[in-house]
Order: sequence, then C-alpha cells, then structure tokens
Amino acid sequence: MSATNDLARLMREKAEAVGATVVELKDLKEAFAYALDVCDKKEACQLLVSGCEEKLSDKAEALCETKQEKVVAAPNLSEEEYAAFSALCAERGIKCIREGLRAHLAGIDIGVAHADMAIAETGTCVIDSTSEELRLSSMISEIHMAILPKSRIKATAFDAEREVNALINTGTPRYTAFVTGPSRTADIERVLAIGVHGPLELHILMLED
Amino acid sequence: MQTAKTLKEYRKELRESLDNEFLREAMDKFATAYPVSRANAFRGLDEKAMIAEVADAKDAAARNMDGLFAQFKAEAEKRGVKVHMAKDAAEANEIIARIAKNANCKKIVKSKSMTAEETLLNHRLEEDGLDVIETDLGEWIIQLRHEGPTHMVMPAIHLSRYQVADLFSEVTKQKQEVDIQRLVKVARRELRQHFATADMGISGANFAIAESGTIGLVTNEGNARLVTTLPRVHVALCGLDKLTPSLNDALKSLRVLPRNATGQAITSYVTWITGANECKAAADEKKEMHIVFLDNGRRALAQDPLFSQVMRCVRCGACANVCPVYRLVGGHKMGHIYIGAIGLILTYFFHGKDKARNLVQNCINCEACKSICAGGIDLPRLIKEIRARLSEEDGAPVEATLLGKVLKNRKLFHTLLRFGKYAQKPVTGGTPYLRHLPQMFMKDHGFRALPAIADKAFRDEWETIRPRVSGAKLRVALFSGCVQDFVYPEQMKAAVKVLASKGVEMDFPMDQSCCGLPVQMMAERQATIDVARQNVMAFDAAKYDYILTLCASCASHLKEGYPNILAGQPDMTGKVKLFASKVIDFSSFVHDVLGMTADDFKGKGEKVAYHSSCHLCRGLGVVEQPRALIASSGSEYCPAQEEAVCCGFGGTFSMKFPELSKELLDKKLNNAEATGATRMVADCPGCIMQIRGGAEKRGNRMKVGHIAELLAENLK
Repeated sequence: MSATNDLARLMREKAEAVGATVVELKDLKEAFAYALDVCDKKEACQLLVSGCEEKLSDKAEALCETKQEKVVAAPNLSEEEYAAFSALCAERGIKCIREGLRAHLAGIDIGVAHADMAIAETGTCVIDSTSEELRLSSMISEIHMAILPKSRIKATAFDAEREVNALINTGTPRYTAFVTGPSRTADIERVLAIGVHGPLELHILMLED
Repeated sequence: MQTAKTLKEYRKELRESLDNEFLREAMDKFATAYPVSRANAFRGLDEKAMIAEVADAKDAAARNMDGLFAQFKAEAEKRGVKVHMAKDAAEANEIIARIAKNANCKKIVKSKSMTAEETLLNHRLEEDGLDVIETDLGEWIIQLRHEGPTHMVMPAIHLSRYQVADLFSEVTKQKQEVDIQRLVKVARRELRQHFATADMGISGANFAIAESGTIGLVTNEGNARLVTTLPRVHVALCGLDKLTPSLNDALKSLRVLPRNATGQAITSYVTWITGANECKAAADEKKEMHIVFLDNGRRALAQDPLFSQVMRCVRCGACANVCPVYRLVGGHKMGHIYIGAIGLILTYFFHGKDKARNLVQNCINCEACKSICAGGIDLPRLIKEIRARLSEEDGAPVEATLLGKVLKNRKLFHTLLRFGKYAQKPVTGGTPYLRHLPQMFMKDHGFRALPAIADKAFRDEWETIRPRVSGAKLRVALFSGCVQDFVYPEQMKAAVKVLASKGVEMDFPMDQSCCGLPVQMMAERQATIDVARQNVMAFDAAKYDYILTLCASCASHLKEGYPNILAGQPDMTGKVKLFASKVIDFSSFVHDVLGMTADDFKGKGEKVAYHSSCHLCRGLGVVEQPRALIASSGSEYCPAQEEAVCCGFGGTFSMKFPELSKELLDKKLNNAEATGATRMVADCPGCIMQIRGGAEKRGNRMKVGHIAELLAENLK
C-alpha cells in the first residue's frame, strides 16, 4: 500500500511540475462531482472557445459562433457510469455527450476519460485512444480530465512497457496516447504558452481503489 | 537554408547574422539557459549510460535496416496500412502527390517533419495546386514567411514576437497585439478551421516499431494528434533510420530525446499509431493510411564503417543548442535543411557536396556537440572526415597543401619557424607581439595581437636546461607541440621547473614535430597520417611512464585522435596503442600522479580565473584537476561564466572565420573581466595565444598564461 502511495506522490509531483492539476478523490462519484464543479466554475469569459476573444479572420471567427452551451464529453465511461454522469450533467444544465464529437470541433468544455495507467517518473497518463470519439474528446476539450486509479501507476516507462505493448500490439489498429500536462509551445521567443492546439488544462483525478 | 556558393559569399552571410541584434540576443539567452535545463532534466540519472543504450540500439537497428523494413511493412499492412519505399526525395514527393490525387484531396494539414523538409515536400504538393498548411506553430510561422527552419525543434527561434505579430496581422487582416500568449491563441483558432476542413494529414515519425507496425510521434502542441485524427487520409513520411525493432528500443530513445532537445523529461504528447484507425470522416469510417519510408542515401550510410553512426541521430537539435558557432550565426547559416553539427554532416549526404562545401568549414572543433549528443555520435570527427573527402574529391586549397607538405618534413618545418624569428623583426617593434603586420595579413584579424616567435626555441635550449636527476621514480617524455616549442618556450620551462621539484626525470625526443591537428583541420589526410606516424616513432613509449604535454589540443589529438588516424596501418597498431596510453596532460599529471597539494606552494592570494579548454574538459574529460591546482597554488580561484565555452581560437578556424573568432573571444574576455581576476590561466597554448592577444588589444591588464607558469611561480 505504501508503495502505491509513494508512486501516487511521485506522480503528483511530476505531473504538477509540468502544469497538470492533480486531485485525490475517493471514488468515481466524487470524480464526477469534481468534473461538474469545475465546469460550473468556468468563468463566463472562458465559455468562449479559447481564442475567440482575439481578433480573427472571418473564417476562424465563424467557428466561434457555433458554440452555444457548456458541453462535456465522456466517451469511454461504461454504460452504467455514463448513465449516472449524464444524469448529473442534466441536473446542472450541462450538455453531456459521448459521440458525434466531430460536430464540436470548435471546442468543448471538458472531456472526461478513464486513463489506462500512468508513469510516475514523468507524470504521464497512458490512454487507449483507439475510439475516435475518445481521441477527439481529449484533443478539443479545453479541460481534459483523466481518471486514474492509484493502483494503475507504474514507476517508469519500462515498468509500464509490457502493458503498453499489450495496448499497441493487438493485431488490430490501435491509437495509444501518452499525455503529460496540457498542450504547450515555446515556438515564439522560447516563451512557454499553454493550449496552442490541445487542452488548456489537464486534471488528473487520482482515485483510491 | 544555406545558399552561398563560395566561402567569401558565405562569410558575407555570416556577417549579416552577426549584425542581427535580435538574433544575437535570442541566441545568447538560449545558449545560457539550455545547459541549465538539460542538466536539470538529467539530474539523478546516468546520462552516459542512457546515451550508450540509445547508441547500441540504433546501431543494431541500422545494421538490420532492410530486415526491419520488411517486418514493419508486413505488420503495418496486416493492420490496413499501405507501406511505400522511396529511394530518394523526388520519389517520396511523387508518391505522396499521387496519394493526394487518387484520394481527391484538396487541403492538407501537416505536423512538423524534418524529413518532409528534407524532401521539400510542400513545394511539390503546391505545384499540384494543393493547399498545404503547417500546423506546428513554429513551422506555420516560417511557412507564412516562406523560410526554412533555423532549428530542428524550434524552427522559428530566429524570429521576434514583433515579427510574428506583423505576420498574424496580415493573415487575419486584423491588427494583432504584440503579446505572445494572445498570438498563440490566434494561431489556435486560425489553424483549427484548417484541421476541421482538411482531407489529408501528413506527419513525420520519431519511431517506426517493426514488431507491431507502429509509428511513434513526439510532440508538445498536440497538433500531430489532430493531423492524424481529423482528415480522412493520413500519410506519415519517415526516414529509414527511424525503424526500431521494439517498443523497448523506442522507449530508450524517448528517455533521452526530450531531455536533450528542450530539457523536458517527456513531451506533452507521445502518440503511438498502429494501423489504419477509425475515422468517421472516411466513407467506411476507416482511415486511409500510408507510411512512406525514405531512403535518400540512408541504406548506403548504414553500411559505412565510420558514418553509420549518423543513423543514431534522433533529431533532438542539441548539437545546435550547445554549438558556439550556431549561437553566433543561427540556423540558416548552420545547415542546408538539417541544422547544427549533424546538419553539416547530413547536408553533405542528403543535399550534396556543393551545398556542404562551405558549411563544413564552419566547425570550430570544440566538441561541445559530441559531449551531449543523444546518440553519442562523434560529430567533430565526422565533420573533419567530410572535409578530407571534399578535399580529396575537389583538390585542396593551396595553403593547406603547402602546410601539409611542410609538416611532413620536420626539419624544413622547424627551419622555417626559426627563420621566422628573423623575418618578423621589422614587425615586432621589440615586443613579444607582431605589431606591424602588413594590411593583407591583418584584415579582419585586428581583434587580437598575434605573438612573435621566441628568440630561442625550447628544443634548442633543452640540453642546457635539462635537469639532471638521479634515482627518479618517474620517467617522463615531454611533447611540446609547435606553439610551446617555438612561441611560448617559457611555458615548457615552467613545467620543467615544477616537475623537477618532484624529482621527475625528463626527456625531450628531438624527432617530435607538430601533432598534426592543424593539417587535419585543413583536411590534409595524408599529412595527418604521416605526422602521426612520425611522432609515434619519435617516442620510444615503452621507456617512459608518461608522455606529457602542456597543450590540451595536442594531448587530445595524440591520445584520442592517433588511434583512429593510424587505424589502417597494421605495423602501427601496437605502437600507437602504447603511445596513446602514456599520453597525459599537465594538470592531471601534477594533480593525480605527482599529487601536489597546497603544501608544495606558497601562494600570494592572486585572483585567478580559469579557461577550460575544449580539448581538455571535453576531449580528455579533465575538469576538476586544474581548478584544484589553482587553489593549491595559493591563489584565489574566481569562477567565470561559461568557462567551458570555446575561446574562439580553433586553430585554423580563427584564420578562416576571424569575425566569428572575434565574437567568441569577446564573450570569453567579458566573462573573465567580470570575475575581477587579475590573471587567467588555461591548459592550452592555442587558447592562451587567443585570449592573451585579445587582452593585449583591449589593454585590460589581465595576465594570461599557462597554469604551469602559475604553479612554477608559486613553488615553495
């Protein structure tokens, strides 16, 4: 048990060092509540799709208008989990989806997904993203949330290697993502800027098993 | 992209870079910040072992390139991917243009790929009227400016926020504010519309894992994820050098690549794509996926006994990050398409000798790149080898041939040097410097005073000053090198005094000559070999405990260079091995072998700065000894900024590129002066010639000399 906690501590330290938000929660129910609290608290100005506050060309501006309400996506929840989560969303007047994300390319507020495992030494979440809907929810969401049971944290990439291999090499097409912190760039004058293409924030919701 | 045809034109372009104030400032900031973030990223890890693992894995993969390709192709095709092989850049471009045509594509979004830069893919696709949009922020910026990248990882590092704001104002037809965070958001929105409407996505690949037919993409922005997800067609263009047998090997490279590139433990995203994945924009909801492997000389290179190590490159760009010359001139002057030390080499192999001829001259041989390369590539050696090949193919410049001829004949060389002391009389004005050189020699070289040849060479004094020692425990042969023999014999004499104080018996074999590094830098392969043979033969290495030299460049050339240079000479194998094993530098000998301590010296508390010569600290890995000796001598060691950055001498480099040499020297002197030291010491007479000449020109009154002189003066 203490080994698990040591890894969780390292995971938190390394993920926070690259700008991720890490919260420790009891169970999935708390995780859902956390996600919706964050969605509720998103400032009004951030309801705008990121970048829309800037002066844009007409074509880019047009995309801004397609977004009307708060949207969260949760494509890889089980049927039962999704039913519970979407009910909570409905209570708060938030739209919850798990498919058709291509209709929301301008952006969604939050994408919530189970992570398959994590690598503590780099603060990395490993997410099987073979489903296109899941892939998109982790790319076009402004806040990406990864739900991670503490027992799924490995110390190094080599400790995770066997299981990562099992994800990428099944004989069928696969899309596997290592996600470490939010989208970043330093391409202008080497100044760090967050959220150039992907999520502006990454929240890792670490659950007790 | 480097376009100059002659060295003269190239030097003119370099001058333009030196005059670009923004570039200079940006590069200086980067050059000082990078080593700190890299060191942080590797803290607590066995960096050397990690690099050796990458080298071993990549070497094994290069040896089995064809086998890995066949395996990759079979595995990827099982998973619905079409795998192509292109023999050269033109063929790769044709394949991709055809894919676009067959799939009826109009708009293409691209994520960053140096391989696509190598083949100039965009130009070819645009010829077909395709709308090609780079989506990596830096690549988009340079695409909008119609430029090539100036860094492999940070392609727009040469541009300021003001230039980007102007550019984005043009693109959006709206006046954009000069605020980096806001400009990044503008790019986010502008590019998102292109992702949403593109038919094809083109990516590179950092890894191609044969056992599962998987490509790995290493990115920070997340654009590669969108490029490989949204459009209905995905084409990955991938050099054959990216093939690797297993995930395990890819993970080994992944541990080093981001740490070396940007000082990150890992990038924000690493994406593993196996097979043609689900794609709801495609008719059958399945992506049309192609992987185009590019040979373009890689298969031949992988078989080359020396150059196969080039295939270890993971494109981290670190060789540019630490290059003192790149720092001065920027990427457009430091590679045709690939940038930095590896760029000089790849330019020769991928883009031909016409593009490489001038570029490969621009290496100062400081070995900073070799010391941090993610694949442990001996970059400076490969650059010197390319110079030698070019010189053999095209003929050498007359001064190189002449020097080669002279050096091969030791007696002629030494006679000329002795003659020099008479010939220089009219220009020294009785000082130890050449004061009144004719204008033709001085053009661009006025930034430092050049030393005069000494009245009496060390070799001509040896018999009279040689200490007579009986019952010595250590027997040492001295190797002076040309500069200390003929220009600075006082440095040799100081060393003799220090060694004699510990009862060391010394010999000075008279048949020794120049170590040969200058002719190697000038690409005279045969002279390099001849001189090396001559020196090895001049020393009966078995007779001595050590062969000691006070010149870091000679020491590293004798110890590390000779075994390579004489590798093809069976009669020398045993001799050169023994010879090289006995070579030691002055500071290591005094500190480690003689074990001299503060008890041996009576210091005066002089404030002394240190210049860590390239060939000592990196060539031989000697770091602590000289600094400890400065303190032991009773002086106050004053650490300077960037002690281990090249002083700008580089032997013949400073003659070829005086404008660059001057800039490096200025930085060295500024950093030394900032310490408040009154004296600076180094372990290399070449560096001393450069730094002392600069200090003299500035009149900054800093005494510059060899560490042996400091120790000799302070002996008890």
